[in-house]
Amino acid sequence: MLLKDEVEMLRRIPLFSGVAPAKLKLLAFTSERVSYKSGQTLFRQGDPADAAYVILSGGADILSDTPSGEIKVAEIEHDSIVGEIAILCDVSRTATVRANSALEALRISKDHFLKLLSDYPEMTIEIMRVLADRLSHTTTELSEARSKQRQAAK
Amino acid sequence: METSLTRYIWSNTRLQQIWILFVVAVSMIPYFMSFDLPKQIVNGPIQGNGFETPGATRTFMHLEYDVPLLGKIELFQGLELTRFQTLMALSLVFLLLVIINGLFKLYINTYKGRLGERMLRRIRFELIDRVLRFPPAQFKRIKSAEIATMIKDEVEPMGGFTGDAFVQPALLGGQAITALVFIIMQNFWLGMIAAGIVAIQGVVIPRMRKRLLELGRQRQLTARELSGRVGEIVEGIGTIHGNDTSNFERADIAARLGLIFSIRYDLYQWKFLVKFINNFLAQVTPFLFYSIGGFLALQGRLDIGQLVAVINAYKDLPGPLKELIDWDQARQDVQVKYNQVVEQFNVDRLVDPKIQALVPQPVNRLEHSLNAVNLTVSDDSGAPLLRHVTLEIKPGETVAIVGNSGSGAEALAEAFARLVWPEQGRITIDGTDILELPESVTGRRIAYAASDTYFFHGTLRDNLLYGLKHAPLTKVEYEGKSATRYRWEINEARRAGNPELDLNSDWVDYASAGVTGPEDLFKVVRPVLDAVLISQDILDMALRSLVNTATHTDLTDRIVELRQALRKRLKKEQLDDLVVPFRLDEYNPQATIGENLLFGSMKRPMMTNRKLAAHPYFRSILRENDLYIDLYTMGLEIAANAVELFQDLPPDHPFFQQLTFMTADDIPTYQALLQKLQGRGIEAASADERTSIIRLSFSYIEPRHRFGLLNAQLMAKIVDARARFHQNMPDDLKAVIERYDPERFAASATLLDNVLFGRIGFTQADGSDRIRTILRDLFDRLGLFESVLSIGMDFDVGSGGKRLTNVQRQKLNVARALLKRADYVILNRPLPALDQRVQDQITRNIMKDLHEEGHAPAIIWVLSNTALANLFDRVIVFDKGTLVEDGTHATLLEKDGIFRELVS
Repeated sequence: MLLKDEVEMLRRIPLFSGVAPAKLKLLAFTSERVSYKSGQTLFRQGDPADAAYVILSGGADILSDTPSGEIKVAEIEHDSIVGEIAILCDVSRTATVRANSALEALRISKDHFLKLLSDYPEMTIEIMRVLADRLSHTTTELSEARSKQRQAAK
Repeated sequence: METSLTRYIWSNTRLQQIWILFVVAVSMIPYFMSFDLPKQIVNGPIQGNGFETPGATRTFMHLEYDVPLLGKIELFQGLELTRFQTLMALSLVFLLLVIINGLFKLYINTYKGRLGERMLRRIRFELIDRVLRFPPAQFKRIKSAEIATMIKDEVEPMGGFTGDAFVQPALLGGQAITALVFIIMQNFWLGMIAAGIVAIQGVVIPRMRKRLLELGRQRQLTARELSGRVGEIVEGIGTIHGNDTSNFERADIAARLGLIFSIRYDLYQWKFLVKFINNFLAQVTPFLFYSIGGFLALQGRLDIGQLVAVINAYKDLPGPLKELIDWDQARQDVQVKYNQVVEQFNVDRLVDPKIQALVPQPVNRLEHSLNAVNLTVSDDSGAPLLRHVTLEIKPGETVAIVGNSGSGAEALAEAFARLVWPEQGRITIDGTDILELPESVTGRRIAYAASDTYFFHGTLRDNLLYGLKHAPLTKVEYEGKSATRYRWEINEARRAGNPELDLNSDWVDYASAGVTGPEDLFKVVRPVLDAVLISQDILDMALRSLVNTATHTDLTDRIVELRQALRKRLKKEQLDDLVVPFRLDEYNPQATIGENLLFGSMKRPMMTNRKLAAHPYFRSILRENDLYIDLYTMGLEIAANAVELFQDLPPDHPFFQQLTFMTADDIPTYQALLQKLQGRGIEAASADERTSIIRLSFSYIEPRHRFGLLNAQLMAKIVDARARFHQNMPDDLKAVIERYDPERFAASATLLDNVLFGRIGFTQADGSDRIRTILRDLFDRLGLFESVLSIGMDFDVGSGGKRLTNVQRQKLNVARALLKRADYVILNRPLPALDQRVQDQITRNIMKDLHEEGHAPAIIWVLSNTALANLFDRVIVFDKGTLVEDGTHATLLEKDGIFRELVS
């Protein structure tokens, strides 16, 4: 796959949709192109966060370590970005991501990603939107869980 | 040390000085004979005295002496020679005397020179020997660069002076006295005038020179301080950059140089003033002869013949006198330098040489307790670090010492290691103060490691085994030339008071490390390296380094097997695509175009990319098939892509890290090139421009750069060019390029490249990490792990070990202490540079391993993480310099004391 194809793929990802194609090409060039086999791990829960991954093809499972073992929390498909939150808040990985099929990704290192955000405010806004979205999602789930708990207590 | 240089020289070279004085005296005989001979030649055969009649002969070489009591003794009755024969004979004698005089001079100068060099060697050695015996506190006061300057530069003139120390005054003084006596004999009063002037010279000049000597002393001091400051700048360069104080340093250096200049200039002025006065006094004597002597002659009180004789004789006086005064100045100068140096090296409480005596035989184990008795340790300001501590540590006991930093725990460890000397009280083993125990006991049976590490310039191996090099243990057998050389070296060492220890001997004490020799050394080294978690680092060093194919044949001979094993392994784990192997008839897409063309490794620094690109043979290969036009077009494309991507970025943007074939500074250059050349043929470019364009294509890797510039046809062309390149390669290139050969180990490629024999795929996630894990396992399985470690051990650690990271240095420092297999191992917060987790892991490893393999030393560990105290038999708690708690982990936890506080 060549740079220009990667640029096409990046454009389909909402996070990058506002970025000029020339800049996307730069992003693609400075990122590492990595391929994973099915079952190979992109990163593990607890690892220091050093990069975000744009999935170009294939899919991956998001897994969380719990006392009762690993459970699958979600699944991601191509044209999505994963691992960006841990970079932003400088925390270690909150979940494990493992390819569930042959997977091609662009690995954007932490420094490059942060530089990109400071260079392109439209990306920052997009990130904020995604985060706010997730937060409202989590809040809803939390209040639902609480009300259930209260009902159970009665 | 002896305070007078003259006495020092005399006591060390007495016999040689007497011998050289004797030789000088003997050399005077032919010297004076050669004075008389010209007169004989001129008067005899040339002017014809004694050859008045034709055919007359004279006796030549008639040796007859009048000996009292025995009467006349005829040694040689002589030869009858004609006038011409006599001329020739006398001339030949003259030539012979010239040769003899020359030979005497040669011998005397060589002898004096050798005497001086031996003296220099002796002084230097003695000074360094003293440095080795300085008490520890002394090193807080001295600067290493100043000490180095003293030993290197300041004692140097002493060597030169040694040869002249006694010979010169004897010779010159003799000449001067002879001349003076001759003058006095001619006329007493004129003689007295000459003697008076000489006396004035002898009194005034040395007085004036006092100031010269004082200035000389200052010059020496300031120069020494300058070198100390230069040393500080070099060592503290990080601090200087970090605080923007480079200009402060500049000002300091400029001020020092200014001071040195003023001293030197002053010195210079005085020197010439003294010279002027000295010359004046020497010249004023003839003035007095002419005026007073002339006056006396006019009055008829002095005969003119006498006056002329006196003036003639006086010619011989100033020369020796001047040299004598110069010699005296040199003497005083050297004496001042010597005093300066001695002052610095005469240190109180110097370690007794007996403590450091050479002990080649093994030292018995310490089977007694280590006792601190009423131990008080203070820092340099006098503040107590440790107060009246009394404790006993039994052999084999493991003791954790805990306490906040500054609690005295570190001071105790340093005192145990003899790094600080107690203010009061003492540390004893079996009743003996450890300061009085020879270092052969403490240095071998006690091991110490703290956070400040020191590594000597050399290989990792040298540094790791440093703690085992106590004495030369093998006798090296020298043969032929090297035997003669060795004998000479030993002889010379003896004459200069140097030790006769052979550095070529094997100094490593394998037995005390628990092995039989270098072969099974890794049996003990590896577990230690594993315990301090450094073997992976050393393995990596090995993988990245070039392998000495002469000494590591155990690995290089099995390279084919190793490569096959790796392939098989990758296949088994379905990782075939992790490494793309080199094949002679295939293009390797994971390697650069340059690598694909070369298909081999270059012996650097004899061969580099630049040199190869300029080589006519390589150029001719490119020109065939017009490959260079393809590469040029490709280079233009790459340049266009790079410029498009990066032109708007500021030069310090982190994205430039990814641009491997250009730097940020190149972008404008290529931008201009593109404007000129794009859309035009290769003819438009000059030779230089072509090179800079084609150069880009050499670094191109399709899967990495993904510009889509490589097609099957071009790849085939490159493979074809490669074949032709190797087919008729000229010898000069063959010598510096090693072709990739699946059957052979390439000395000019790293171990990793050799084992992989290919390139790790760029798109392979964590490719190099996975390969390293696989290789580690593979080396282990094939029994090659130790060979690989041994290659890693060849790593050059750099000055002060600076090529290692701080973490690596601290780990190796602990490893070095453990390798000694001492009876008391003292670890004084040895690993602060490491993460807490790793520190804990290493502590556990050591506590477990060291006690598992039979040899169970006492371990005294000043812990940074109190939680680890449960690994030890006994816990000692320090607070504010006193011992507050002492007991097992469990008992201390029960007590509601400081330890519980520290743990929680």
